[in-house]
Amino acid sequence: MLELIDTYWLYFLVGQYPEGPLGGLALTILLSGAALVLAMPLGLMLGIARVSTHRAIGLPVGALVQLVRAVPLLLVLFWVYFFLPAVTGIKTSQTATMLIVLVVFDSVYLAEIVAAGIRALPKGQLESARSLGLGYGQALRHVVLPQTLRHGLPSIVNQLVSTIKATSLGYIIGLSEVSFVASQINTLVFTQAVEVYLILALTYFVLCFGLSRLAFLLERRLQRRPVAAT
Amino acid sequence: MALFDPTILQSGQYHDWLLQGLTLSVQLTVISFAFALPFGALVAVMRTSTSKPLRAAGATLVESIRNVPLLAHLLFWYFAFPELLPESMREILYENNPEVICAVIALTLYSGVHMAEDIRSGIRAVPATQLEAARSLGLGRVAAVRLVLLPQALRASVPPLLSQTVNLWKDTSVATVIGAAEMMYQAARVETASFRSLEAFTFATLAYLTVSLLISGAAHLYQRRYPVRTAG
Repeated sequence: MLELIDTYWLYFLVGQYPEGPLGGLALTILLSGAALVLAMPLGLMLGIARVSTHRAIGLPVGALVQLVRAVPLLLVLFWVYFFLPAVTGIKTSQTATMLIVLVVFDSVYLAEIVAAGIRALPKGQLESARSLGLGYGQALRHVVLPQTLRHGLPSIVNQLVSTIKATSLGYIIGLSEVSFVASQINTLVFTQAVEVYLILALTYFVLCFGLSRLAFLLERRLQRRPVAAT
Repeated sequence: MALFDPTILQSGQYHDWLLQGLTLSVQLTVISFAFALPFGALVAVMRTSTSKPLRAAGATLVESIRNVPLLAHLLFWYFAFPELLPESMREILYENNPEVICAVIALTLYSGVHMAEDIRSGIRAVPATQLEAARSLGLGRVAAVRLVLLPQALRASVPPLLSQTVNLWKDTSVATVIGAAEMMYQAARVETASFRSLEAFTFATLAYLTVSLLISGAAHLYQRRYPVRTAG
């Protein structure tokens, strides 16, 4: 096992980089982080739209959320992978394809986190902000969203965990993230499947378990310091 | 060649492939669910037990399984696990549809620990006095858990368990990675054989949507019909 790690650790961490494109664990982490960050503005907008009192805005967004949550990520990945190049005429790389799909899924799940956070906030917060003369947009930006996001932070970290786990699906379209690289190593070595896949599982475990512990600690800290005003 | 030709979905070879895929996806869901629910209930009981080693074992199971993506589970069970088996058992596995067996193992474990967490929060929602009252009425520990605690806990857990079942249904698509011929696999097969990807993926999308929405609809109905009663 040590020999295995000694030979392939660099390939496992960064793929063929710097001779080829970045891959391996680095790609997994970068892709998940980038997807979550890019999804944030979209998720915020969708979340605010979801709690809108105008049914014409709230309903379509609700339908979109239901739709995305009812189909597997893999299916959307296949749609984008096979059809986006045909529609746009540009060949989309595996990395870009995966990023697009992750951003779509993350923004929908973030929207749910934001919407749940806004609904959980006492109504008086928005009402008093409005009665102090702030417009709806200002009240959201200065009063509602800061509190919502602070309380939603643990959920957002958990969403990062889900995103990291979801990047593994890139394996199926040949994206050279860490699962794909592990399979490549398994093919090269051929006789040590148990070791290779245990190392892969352990890598994900360390990453995801660490982040979920962080989310848990954040949650505890937030509970200790509740919002005074209700 | 028409842009969208619905006839290939109505009859013929591609129709058969897609239908076989749908059938296997449903079978994978049902079989994995049947194993995952008892497994999840067991882990949940372990995690809420009074014995510290049992609680630790339950927590280790849950954390080690759910912090690894399903795809990595599938790769492990399909490519690595058979290596660990003795020769004779490996042959039995390879003769009996190893893709499906390994997919069921991985899906059961992955979905089972998520169900365990749903059941656990259901158990925690039952006030401790319920169990104490049952015990003081003369019920043994096992009887009190079985007759008083679990029925109440399950009632609170049914809606999250159903949404977990939706996840299980969607997760069967990942089994395509080890070549289990479920719906995603068959849709990709149709696309390779005929370039009829639009029809094949439309079929798969509608099928996934329909089943998911049916299960979430059931969860919604259950919640309306049997709202959680809080025992005071």
